Amino acid sequence: MRDVAIIGTAVTSFGELWETSLRSLWAEAALAALTDAGVDSVDLITIGCMSSGLFTGQEHLASLLTDELGMAGVPAARVESACASGGLAVRVGFAEIAAGLAETVLVTGVEKMTDVDGAAATYALGTAADSETEGFHGVTFPGLYAMLARIHMQRYGTTREQLAQVAVKNHANGLLNRHAQYHLNVTVESVLASTLVADPLRLLDCSPVTDGAAAIVLTTVERARELAAGRPVVVIKGSGLATDSISLANRRELAELRAVRLAGERAYTMAGRSPDDIHVAEVHDCFTIAEIMATEALGFFEPGSGGPAVEKGLTSLEGRIPVNPSGGLKSKGHPVGATGVAQMVEITKQLRGEAGQRQIEGAKIGLAQNMGGSGGSSVVHIMEVV
Amino acid sequence: MFSPARVWREFPQRYRLEAAKCESCGAILYPPRLVCPSCGGRSFTDVVLPRDGKVVTYTVIRVPPAGFTEQTPLPIALVELVNGVRLMVQIADVEDPETLEIGMPVRLEFRRVAWDGEAGVIFYGHKAVRASA
Repeated sequence: MRDVAIIGTAVTSFGELWETSLRSLWAEAALAALTDAGVDSVDLITIGCMSSGLFTGQEHLASLLTDELGMAGVPAARVESACASGGLAVRVGFAEIAAGLAETVLVTGVEKMTDVDGAAATYALGTAADSETEGFHGVTFPGLYAMLARIHMQRYGTTREQLAQVAVKNHANGLLNRHAQYHLNVTVESVLASTLVADPLRLLDCSPVTDGAAAIVLTTVERARELAAGRPVVVIKGSGLATDSISLANRRELAELRAVRLAGERAYTMAGRSPDDIHVAEVHDCFTIAEIMATEALGFFEPGSGGPAVEKGLTSLEGRIPVNPSGGLKSKGHPVGATGVAQMVEITKQLRGEAGQRQIEGAKIGLAQNMGGSGGSSVVHIMEVV
Repeated sequence: MFSPARVWREFPQRYRLEAAKCESCGAILYPPRLVCPSCGGRSFTDVVLPRDGKVVTYTVIRVPPAGFTEQTPLPIALVELVNGVRLMVQIADVEDPETLEIGMPVRLEFRRVAWDGEAGVIFYGHKAVRASA
């Protein structure tokens, strides 16, 4: 298996981008990543997108978007794993190069979510739950994570305030990211005073509805060295992919995100690394409880210690293991199909030393964890400077 | 919301709580499926779920999806029945959501779950109601 390097990265602004269409949003990220990489042709384009059909009435994105770049004829594939679609697009691009099927791949993620109203967006996101046994009864994503939060709080004593601390930290980080959707000073008090969405989760526990796109260019390490122009070469050392029952009713354990643990274990094994080796991580904080559970499943903290870890500042920019320096989904925004790719962009910037005010000093090994639905799928990548 | 064919197809599990018992390991699958996730068994006997159980975890939906906007706040629970089968259902007849708790005994009752506008299909199924301990 060949090593795979990341040579170009780009994200669009994240937010309610009324003036921008799905295709132009995507093309903006794709072109910027190709420019950053210094290449003008690729062997494959992968596209992570959860539900362009429900959000915009457009499917068949692989052809549509490849043509939009003036590259009709190039192989392209759209992949879907709900909110982990972006991470899956990275995995597919990585695998094609590692296997020798492609030399250079443009990996992208996109979601245009604001062309429908709030109830329709909630419905579209809800299709990532089990439609027969969960969606039928009216449950929403905040609702599913609220049920997981309640279990975690009962089992481990995780507090309402600890959940709020995740939002406080990520919004503080987001203030340092000009691409973030929200530049807000959030306090524990403001989280606890925000509108209830699904008890015990409140509005400021939730990631927002976002338009956005992200792209990275992958290639062989040899070609990456030729194109590096003095910048550090960032290599994907580990890639892990896993599934779990979508339906909460079918899971044996509800206080753990099993797909995240399995994807993490597979990525650590491939990379020959352990959780203690990681200098910086982007994890899938679609809700505050999700970040706490993900940091436990990834082995950064023991089960039940994720809440106290946030409270002690262990995951802040100056902490033992900084988590979501970009602001995370919480502050940066969550265009679902783009999120997994945007996480790779942030880790690459951190490892290249190009993260500006939010730079983690000396970061050489980073991890990105993307998750679908209420934990029914997860993708983990580990990157290192070589 | 959901097509009439789909609603009709799901009558056995939805209306009658029909499940499948694995002939090799005894696991009860609800809804029924073709392979047992516990042992890989592929032979099943039809069984009907018991109606008594308890709340494993719950929430109260304040921001509903399309189709449920007239039903908020909407309490929903993961319920474990006395035979160990878990299923997600709404909790009906809740006057004060603050009184809900993990471990609360409940009983499944046949109720109207949702409806597709003024003239569309009415979706029936089971909801949990508080039972005396």
